Amino acid sequence: MTTRLAALLATAFLFGGAPSAGAAPSPSDLEAELVCPTCKTTLDQSDAPVARRMKQIIRERLAAGATEAEIKAELVDQFGSRVLAEPPKSGFDLLAWVVPLGLAAIGAVGVGALAWGWSRRPEAEPSPPLDPLLERRVDEALDRFDG
Amino acid sequence: MTRAAKHRSSARQRNIVQRVGQTIALVGVAALLGLLVWKVAFDRDGGVAAELGRGNTVQAPSFTLERLDREGQLSIADLRGKAVVVNFWASWCLPCREEAPVLQQTYERYRDDGLVVLGVDYNDFRQDARRFMERFALTYPVVFDGKGSTAGKWGLRGVPETFFVNRSGTIVGAPIYGPVDSERNRDAYERGIALALGDAP
Repeated sequence: MTTRLAALLATAFLFGGAPSAGAAPSPSDLEAELVCPTCKTTLDQSDAPVARRMKQIIRERLAAGATEAEIKAELVDQFGSRVLAEPPKSGFDLLAWVVPLGLAAIGAVGVGALAWGWSRRPEAEPSPPLDPLLERRVDEALDRFDG
Repeated sequence: MTRAAKHRSSARQRNIVQRVGQTIALVGVAALLGLLVWKVAFDRDGGVAAELGRGNTVQAPSFTLERLDREGQLSIADLRGKAVVVNFWASWCLPCREEAPVLQQTYERYRDDGLVVLGVDYNDFRQDARRFMERFALTYPVVFDGKGSTAGKWGLRGVPETFFVNRSGTIVGAPIYGPVDSERNRDAYERGIALALGDAP
């Protein structure tokens, strides 16, 4: 179960964020993936002057046939990687992806190990047999109680 | 080993595991708490502007940035020995258009006294900034802070914002928020220039 979950997470991580190859990017796709440097919200939600200018440039570059990746690279060259809504999966920024996933994996393994340990804990040992004398006295007491 | 002794030993082992777990959790909580205290008490967030606000004397934070008025880079350390008016601006900022001619006039007027106006273009496109510089015929040096790292160090609140640096690299006067030629800022601007040049006490 744990391994299947980890595999699922890894797949989502590797392919989830990748741009869909072939499909023509629309300005609104890009606007949701880029952040306005003055207001720190994605472009589709900001109306700051610099955001408006960025949106205009995105439309111009798309019309000129630039790809999504090219436009992003150009904007990162202007403003730095802080304009990307998702941190890039390379260099130092890769940590933002690896650390949470790594911690989640460590946690899952830990919980699994604990659960495994608990399920293997030996049953409580049966109490030792009473000695015959006591046994007889208990029987007598029970007889009196029922009688 | 008797059954009772075995029981005691396994209980002791469980106890140790529990202790270690508790210690790790406590250390974790203490570390986070320490980080919080450090951040609140010692972190000098807010840059130069915040330091000036506390009444401290502040050296101009160093930076080396790409030039927009010509090829190459410019470091503020290269301007040591000169009075510097550091003006943060962007081409999309309307008040920046108002003050641009005034900054150019200041540069021309005090240039021979050893004063430099240094434009720092912030959160902007290079091509827009160059067009702006052409439009207002700016001849003073302009650098490009696209990544906003210098603006962060100076504690910029917005654009335009102007600082004054004297010949030994110390920030003097009060930072000016908004256009330098507005009625509210005109006196502070003149005083900042005089302080930077060393003409005012």
